[in-house]
Parts: sequence; C-alpha cells; structure tokens
Amino acid sequence: METRAPYAHDHPAAAVRAVRDDEDSMTETADANLPLWRNGRFEADEWTRAGEGEAVSEGPALLPLVRFLAERDALAARNAPIGVVVEPGEAIEELAPHLDRVSLVVLTFPKYADGRSMSSARLLRQRYGYKGELRAAGDVLIDQMPLMRRCGFDSFEVVNGPTRAQLAAGKWPDVPFYYQPTGASQQVEIPAGTRPWARRPG
Amino acid sequence: MSAPIQKSAAKTKAATQVVTANRLDDGVVVYLDARDGWTERLGEAAIIETPEALAAAVAAGKAAEAARVVVESYPIDVARGPEGLAPLRLREVIRAAGPTVRADLLRPTGA
Amino acid sequence: MYRYDEFDHGFVTSRVAQFRDQVERRLSGELTEDQFKPLRLMNGVYLQLHAYMLRIAVPYGTLSSRQLRMLGHIGRTYDRGYGHFTTRQNLQFNWPALKDIPAILDDLASVEMHALQTSGNCIRNVTTDHFAGAAADEIADPRPYAEILRQWSSIHPEFSYLPRKFKIAVTGAPKDRAAIQVHDIGLELKRGPDGGIGFAVYVGGGQGRTPMIAHKVRDYLPEEDLLAYVEAIMRVYNLHGRRDNKYKARIKILVHETGAEEITRQIEAEFVEVKKTELLRLPDEEIQRITAYFAAPDLAPKPARSGAFEAAKADSAAFAAFAENNVTPHKAPGYGVVTVSLKPIGGIPGDATDVQMEVVADLADAYSQSEIRVSHEQNLVLPHVALDDVPALYAKLAEHGLATGNAGLVTDIIACPGLDYCALANARSINIAQDLSNRFGAPERQKDIGELKIKISGCINACGHHHVGHIGLLGVDRRGEEVYQITLGGSGDETASVGALVGPGFTGDQVVDAVETVVDTYLKLRQGPDETFLSAVRRLGQQPFKEALYGAA
Ligand code: SF4
Repeated sequence: METRAPYAHDHPAAAVRAVRDDEDSMTETADANLPLWRNGRFEADEWTRAGEGEAVSEGPALLPLVRFLAERDALAARNAPIGVVVEPGEAIEELAPHLDRVSLVVLTFPKYADGRSMSSARLLRQRYGYKGELRAAGDVLIDQMPLMRRCGFDSFEVVNGPTRAQLAAGKWPDVPFYYQPTGASQQVEIPAGTRPWARRPG
Repeated sequence: MSAPIQKSAAKTKAATQVVTANRLDDGVVVYLDARDGWTERLGEAAIIETPEALAAAVAAGKAAEAARVVVESYPIDVARGPEGLAPLRLREVIRAAGPTVRADLLRPTGA
Repeated sequence: MYRYDEFDHGFVTSRVAQFRDQVERRLSGELTEDQFKPLRLMNGVYLQLHAYMLRIAVPYGTLSSRQLRMLGHIGRTYDRGYGHFTTRQNLQFNWPALKDIPAILDDLASVEMHALQTSGNCIRNVTTDHFAGAAADEIADPRPYAEILRQWSSIHPEFSYLPRKFKIAVTGAPKDRAAIQVHDIGLELKRGPDGGIGFAVYVGGGQGRTPMIAHKVRDYLPEEDLLAYVEAIMRVYNLHGRRDNKYKARIKILVHETGAEEITRQIEAEFVEVKKTELLRLPDEEIQRITAYFAAPDLAPKPARSGAFEAAKADSAAFAAFAENNVTPHKAPGYGVVTVSLKPIGGIPGDATDVQMEVVADLADAYSQSEIRVSHEQNLVLPHVALDDVPALYAKLAEHGLATGNAGLVTDIIACPGLDYCALANARSINIAQDLSNRFGAPERQKDIGELKIKISGCINACGHHHVGHIGLLGVDRRGEEVYQITLGGSGDETASVGALVGPGFTGDQVVDAVETVVDTYLKLRQGPDETFLSAVRRLGQQPFKEALYGAA
C-alpha cells in the first residue's frame, strides 16, 4: 500500500504559524491540543473563531463568510490575519474578490460523504488563484484526505480517532496514479506519458 | 412459497423469534444458537419467546459483531410449524433456504 | 480493445493493494463494519441476502476472450460456478467470501479488470452500445470516448462524493441501443456542421423512483471539449444537487427543479471557465491514439451473401429464427453481429455458468476476433462473425444451452436479481421472468408476437429498467405479499418514453395471466404483423388494455 506523507512546502500561512511558541514540543502527534494535520505532522491551531455577535479577539481571527462580507472594511483596519469559514452551500464566488485580505479559508465537511467543499476548494485554487492556507474541517477522514489535498487543501482539522492514529502511524492511502489534472493540488504533480490528463506525484 | 406475513421484522410482534446475521469472513447466513454460537441451520437456532431472552440474544448478536464473528445481526419473526421453524417474511425464508430459483443451491434448514 | 499501459497497471495494482490492506484490517478488527462499509462499497463489495456480492466492471461492455475466461475461472474457484450479467453491462458474483476478494481482484487485475466505481456516489461504469464498432448504422465508435471518460472519472478527487450515483452512456449510432436518454448524462456521437465529430449532450434522464427523460443541453459539442463539458456538468451537480433527501439527489431532480433552461445556462457558464484553463482539452492526437486501440479488426473480404448461412436457414426452423433475431448486420459485408442469448426458455435472465463463459470465450477466439460484448439487455454478443461460420457457431452454442433464437422477442426478458438475492428487494423478479418465458416460449407464438421487451424490477430502484419496458413489471410488497404493477408503453431507445401504470397490481399467481391478457389484446387489435406492440400501445392508449384486464368501467 502506498503511504506517502504530504509534501512539506512553503506558503504564505507559514508566517502565521510562527505565532506558535511551542514548535519543539510537536512530537506528541496524537495530542488533542494539536488538532491540525499540516506539513506532514500534527500542529496547533493558532486561530480564534469569532461567530456571529462574538467579539473579534486579538490575533488571527476566523469568521463566518456572511460576517466577513458584512464587516470586511472594519476588519481591514485590524492588524492581524483574517480567516474565513465557508460552509458547503455558500457560494465561494462571493469570497473571490476579497482573497487578497484573507490568510486562511476553512471549508467544512458536515459529513464525509458531502463532497461540495471539494469543488469549492478547486475553484479557490484553480479559478481564483488563492495561495493562502486552505483547511478542511468537520468530518475529515483519512480515506478522503489524499483527494482533499489534490483539490487544494493543505491543512486538515482532524478529530476522528482512527484517522489521527493512522496519520500518526504514517499512513496516507493514496493511489499515486492520477487520471485528472486538478490545477489545484498541494503536492507536486507531473504529467505522465502522452495522455494529457494523466499525472504522477513529482 | 408465499407465507402469510407481517410487514416488517423490525416491529417484532410475533411471539417467537430467532437472531440472524451474516458471518463476517464469508458472508454466509447464520443463526444464534443456544450456546451463543452461530449455526447455518435455522432449525438449530435458539428460540426466543420472552422479552428477557430477546434482549439477551440481541446483546449476544452485538457482542458477536464486536468480536468480528458476524455482521448485521437482527431478530426475525418465526413460527413453529409441522416441519420445524419457519420465518414469517419471505425475505427470511429465502435467506434461510437459498434462492427460490436455484433448487441445486437450496440449503438444509432443519435441526 | 483498449490495453493497459504501465500507468494503468500501476493504478489498479496500487488500488488492489490498498483494498487488501483494508480487508485485513477489517478481519483483524482494526476496522468496524461502519468504517469498512464505505471502503468495501468503493471496491464493488456489497452484503446481500445470502452472502457478499462482488460487482465487476465491464467497461462499456467490452470483453476479450482472455477476460471472459478469467471470469469463468473466478466463478468456479471462488464462487458457485456462475455469475450474473447486469443491465449495466457488469458482472456480479453472488457468493464470494470476503477473505477471498483481494485474491479475486488480483486475478482481475491480471487481465486488466477491476471492480472500482461499481458502487457509491461516484461516476459509475460508462455504458455504451453493445454493437459498438460493428454495427452497420454507426457514425463513429463510442468506445474510445467511453474509455477516456472511464479514465478521467477514476478516483476523481472532486467527484467521488457526489449527491448520488452518476451514470453516463454514449451511443455512436442514431439507433440508440444504449438508452442514453434515461442516463444522468447521455452522449450521442454526431457529425458537426464543420464535418468534425462531436456530441449531442443530454442531461437529467433516469429511472428509479422518479423516471425522467433527459433534456438536450447541447446540440453539438466538439469532441475536444468532451471532458471540459462533462466536468462543468459534474461541478454544477456536485455543488447544487440536493443532499437532504436521497430520493431527490439525482441530477434529474436538479434539472427538474431548476428548469432545463437555467441548468443549461449554468452548465454553459461553467464550461466557459473550465475551457479557459485548457487543462481538459482533448488533443486530436490523443483521441486518435485511444481510438487506434479500437480499430476495426482486419476481416477477410466476403461476398455479402453466404451460401452456408442461407442453406442452414432453409434447413432448420430453429436456426432460421436464430438468424433472424440474433444475427444483426455488420459494417463489413458477409459478416454479422451475433447475440448469444442468456435467456433460455424458463432460465434465469443474465446468468452464465463458468463453463458457458469459457465456451463463449473459446468461440470468440474461433469466430469473433477474440472479442465479446455484454449488452444491457443481459446477453452476450460476438461482434465480428463471418456469416459462413454462423451455422458452426450455432451448433456449438446449442450444445451449451446458449443458442436460443429469441433476441428482442417476448422471452428476451430483463430481470433484476430481486428478492432471490437482493437485500433491497420487495419481491422476486426472476421467478416471474421464468414463468413468462415458459408461457410464451413456443417459437411460433414468439414469432407471431414479434418485438416486445418485458422488463422486471424487484423494487423501485428499477435495476430491471421496468420504466422503459414495452411491458414493465414492478414488484411491490403489499402487506407481506408479492404484488406486481404493470406499466405499458415504455421505451429506452431514441424514441424514449416512460411506461404508464395500467391499474392496480397483480399477485405473483395472477401476473403471468395478466401479461398474457395484455399480449392477446395487442394481437387482436394490431393493424397487422408490422405494427409492433409498442406502436400499437402508442396508437391505442391504455384503454383497451385496461378493459381487458379489469373489465369495462
Ligand atoms: S431493482 Fe431493487 S430488487 Fe432489483 S436489483 Fe435493484 S435494488 Fe435489488
């Protein structure tokens, strides 16, 4: 079975990650304090969610799409990174014109079988050129994670126990022969053979 | 082959029941027997006639699922007849005896 | 036929290795049934009434003799000596042990086959005309396009968790033998205004609980845009298809609720964007490269008329019936496309034994360029047979119960597995098909009745395509009793229509008589032997049949 760890790579959210102060204690991979799978390991979440009507705290703040759109001018005055949560069923196009102000987009999966956020992820990366952190949250299971990465996700909020255990054990159930170019993948993919749609991990 | 029947086994109205499942490794239809083992023959199933026995049998089914012996265990309604136990629903008659269109694949149901 | 290259082999073996690991984790207890179920379904493994069931993909219904022989081998080694060909051109084994399935998948991979995407809410096996590449009326062979779609849809990262399953059918001939208008996407190959090859695109057809005929969203799509356009349709569906109710989740409901015009606008708008990326443009060289795999075989030139064939017809009424019903004109003069009926009188529709599979494989080697097709009507097809060879082929088929000359006739019945095998069924299908077959089996009677498609489903999921049967039977459970509803006037061809319910249902004991009443009414009222059952129903409407079945109101 092919178990390849996600490629570590640089992207703009790396700056945000520097906020963490306990970088060296990250080895305890199953620690629930480290909810994110990112860069091939479990990491802490430095973002604070602000729901409707809650005060936006100092530091990196994560807002629902509707609130972000309503308050974006006021939010622009803040001097800390802004992230946006987009639920399936919300139109990702509405966020598109404002992506330059956003360092994190969280797309949710209410159930693992709800694949709408797969499309939203690809649109963000491929069509709207979003370069920041793109996080999957909700019912995130190991069998979908390789597909999520190919759609553009580069971080994963993982609560499912068996999934966390398998990630900790180095599993990554990818079938590394791809019949689709996605224009969005967060790993290096190179053309394979003459078929214009075939790709291999690079 | 059509038995007079009630609509849904889930309602479990009949007085007599047995617990059935499919075996995990090969999928074969099995019934819970009196020693909490599993038999391929309906006639060897433990007969359940009280609510307490039903609860115990359903629990034994779930335990066997957890122990990776069977999958999808559930109770079915049966009747005692001249030829032994007979399920009330046609679906369970077919599970017990095999496809009605393959006489060569019929399996014994008796004790 | 398409042959795997290293990439395709790598893909399938890697996937089998992954599933082997998952099966081991299930048997060792690391995975619970709840965790394992979606994984096994992605590999075509169901749990049915009696056992596990493995559904194997036969891409666009094309098999080599080597592949069919392997299916026979698997049936003998791991199953109970038979398999069931389905209305989706697939093959199901009814009794495999879970612990054996990884070995079965290895065997399949060794002949370039798999069981992927035969279940789950993904793009399923792409189906096509079972006469593709051989039929005389074909504009272009649909299989290269079906193969391109098969590849592109394999473990598609964006489209593996759709609202519901998704079925694509492609036809290359104006006579639609692939029932494209009752598929989620139907593609009809055609010549464009510029003389190039392209497609008319239909969206939103389907059967099941709410049968609908598809809408044409594009009159002509150039072939190079095939993947871009299909991706646009899939994205609109993935984002907007209903997920709140499994019975309203197919694209047909989205099309219906959104309106054909609006959905067309959305698809076209998405298509413009997808096309801009150029990522999915199909270059001509690549289409040519894939098409070359399906090149017509080199058939020795023959005179159009075969003396041996004509003599055998004159000799035997049974052979004459076979020649008339089961031999269809081939592109090449002097050749025919031979339907091997899996509907012996009183038999189980679509079932074939391990030995029968091997016999057909051998006959394909001897007489049909080693090629076989599976039809959605649950028969096998030998696509390239010299008419001179048909008598010898017929004799061999007859030795194995495979020479029934009933293709397209009243006993060529489609039936889903129904309550004899299927965990979702309300009623049996196969036994009704057998009773009907016995009732109408006399050769003169079948010939007199002419073309008549009876299709039977054991529940509303409609795997037996009853909505598009000229006579459709749907099994329902009425307080524990098997009852069958009769629909009339359905059709799955280029004149697609959904059959209409004729009245209250009949019990299993009554339904064969009821169908006979319908057929006799047709025989009495038709304008002559040239008016088929379907034409007569379309002309007469339901009334005369209602009266015959239920008495004058
Ligand atoms: S139509 Fe119903 S009974 Fe028949 S195979 Fe499909 S799900 Fe099973």
